[in-house]
Amino acid sequence: MAKRKGIESSIALADSAAMCRIEAISAYPITPQTHIVEHLSEWVNDGELEAEFLPVESEHSAISAACGMSAVGARTFTATSSQGLALMHEILFLTASLRLPIVMAVANRALAGPISIWNDHSDIMAERDIGWVQIFAENGQECFDLVPLCFKVAEDKRVHLPMILNFDGFIVSHMIEPIEYWEQAQFDNYLPAYDPQIKLDIRNPSMMGAVGVPEIYYEVKMGQHQVLLDSKVVVKEALEALEKQCGRRYEVVESYRADDADVVMVLLGSLVETCMTAVDNLRAKGLKVGIVRPRLWRPFPTEEFIESLGDIPVLGVCDRSYTFGGAHHPLASEIKSVLYGSGKAPKICEYMIGIGGRDIRVEEFEQMFMQLLEVKENGKDLPIQYVGVRS
Amino acid sequence: MEKFNVFASKLIPEAELFSPGHKACQGCAPALALRYLLKAAGPNTMVANATGCMEIISSAYPDMAWGVPWIHVAFENAAAVASGLESGIKIMQRKGKLEKGHINVIAVGGDGGTFDIGLQALSGMLERGQDVLYLCYDNEAYMNTGIQRSSGTPIFASTTTSPAGKAIPGQRTFKKDLAGIAAAHNVTYVATASVAYPFDFMEKVQKALATPGSKLIHIFAPCPTGWRSQPKDIIKLARLAVQTGLFPLYEFTGGKYSMSLDLPFLKPVTNYLKLQGRYRHLTEDMINIIQEDLHLRYEWLQGLAALSHQEEAK
Repeated sequence: MAKRKGIESSIALADSAAMCRIEAISAYPITPQTHIVEHLSEWVNDGELEAEFLPVESEHSAISAACGMSAVGARTFTATSSQGLALMHEILFLTASLRLPIVMAVANRALAGPISIWNDHSDIMAERDIGWVQIFAENGQECFDLVPLCFKVAEDKRVHLPMILNFDGFIVSHMIEPIEYWEQAQFDNYLPAYDPQIKLDIRNPSMMGAVGVPEIYYEVKMGQHQVLLDSKVVVKEALEALEKQCGRRYEVVESYRADDADVVMVLLGSLVETCMTAVDNLRAKGLKVGIVRPRLWRPFPTEEFIESLGDIPVLGVCDRSYTFGGAHHPLASEIKSVLYGSGKAPKICEYMIGIGGRDIRVEEFEQMFMQLLEVKENGKDLPIQYVGVRS
Repeated sequence: MEKFNVFASKLIPEAELFSPGHKACQGCAPALALRYLLKAAGPNTMVANATGCMEIISSAYPDMAWGVPWIHVAFENAAAVASGLESGIKIMQRKGKLEKGHINVIAVGGDGGTFDIGLQALSGMLERGQDVLYLCYDNEAYMNTGIQRSSGTPIFASTTTSPAGKAIPGQRTFKKDLAGIAAAHNVTYVATASVAYPFDFMEKVQKALATPGSKLIHIFAPCPTGWRSQPKDIIKLARLAVQTGLFPLYEFTGGKYSMSLDLPFLKPVTNYLKLQGRYRHLTEDMINIIQEDLHLRYEWLQGLAALSHQEEAK
């Protein structure tokens, strides 16, 4: 039977990766990710996990070494945050185009400058277009459950792409929570051994990473785009299989008390849980508010998102990073583009929240919901609301 | 000495694992270095290639020149990718997913990809002692992007970013000592080599591959296009670089330096310089600076070799 234990989310995530029988780990320290690779090095050095642990000299080398490991067919894992993810930027595109199913945990953290170790989504939003499958976990249990999902999706022969598991730095990574561990047998049932479609093999020499001349580059990129779009089906299948394994149901887009809602909030990551408390408080007062949140970020689950909205007339969209100089910030930009031409035209109010570790409280979400309800009544347009910023 | 005088092409494998028909310029010495490299290493080899001339001319899909598994990821990370290959092979063999037996892992980069942008990844690989041979083919500038200076470019050489101008006569700095940097990591094997001495080079490759741990071979590989020299003079230039003492051939193994070739005397460096358009602007003073620096470095190296073998001499 599955056991529940009080444990830090990062440690649980690392345990989950180890129980996925990862074979190769490249590691470089960065706050707030570091506990993950520290704990994996304990697994390896205590002889409990048969794997190569490579402590490299930069994140750029961490992802580059991971490419080498994966290219010879090893199940490969790494983790990073913020500046580390930004330093990897160049290689992230290559990892996807080389079709190497590396799984990377990203403890989301603000990008410098000024330097900040605290949580927001500016690291991952800067990597929106790298061609990886990207998913968000909102608490420690989800971190634990979604690691095997990431490997299952990434290594699926219909996908063969790298995958990022996002979770909020500190808010989730350093939180001690009761987490239900799977048995090793459940991991083994859920996740078969990695059988690479392509790998470097001295008995069958091949070249990976050839020059893309103009006659071929476009087709390679088109193939990548298509396979990433098509991976949504595989994610959905893997989520269904995951429910059979651990009893928890996750969806590519999830709703909370949104069915009959007058207004809903759209957001990603751990602040969903704070927002849920606000929803409960307002529901108790008879106000019809709810949440719709995409769990899968890339590929964006367009159809599922539109369907989840039903006929809700007003949306609030919460961004946690800036698109400097842009008309809208990243999540709002995505949501607006998805809805344009969809036949649905809810009123959209944009919010900026939780930048660089700035706390956002239940009462603030309640005020935001009250504002949305007002908009529903008066039909007025709101400028982008920068919640809690001092002028 | 015998390996410097023999001509015995039948003694080396006929198989061309770096196949002809690639897109290198006429007289390209780096391409020759790769041909020798794979003849010495054989088919039991995987290569991680940095971005650069050799990657571009050998891998334009679908014209692939490599007969061994090959991966190119980016410019600055060949040593890191090779580190990953080595770790991946180790674990796959330990878990019985890959046949046991030694597989040569070789990283290949030019001087730009090694002396400059790839130095950090190289240092990391060397420090970790990973069982990889790093081959730096040194043609003394960024030739792939159009002859820009690197930290491997020698003093006064005219390149497109260190042009021989009226105020500044070409490259302002002396060449970085790559093999010395590798040796400072106290790795198992470091050597310099030259395309003009193919048997010496191939022997060094085999010696390196037979030695566990991190290895680096720095091969001098002239570029007729970038040096503004005749393709027919390329081997001659490579030989003169050795015979003038400008690029001494040596090995560093087990903490000791050994000269690969005893030169009874050093030829004047002008013999080497005058065959190259990149040095056309040199004055006598500049030639003297090159000559003096070369002697200092050569004597320093001879001193290291003598010191290394002091005990044996007693």
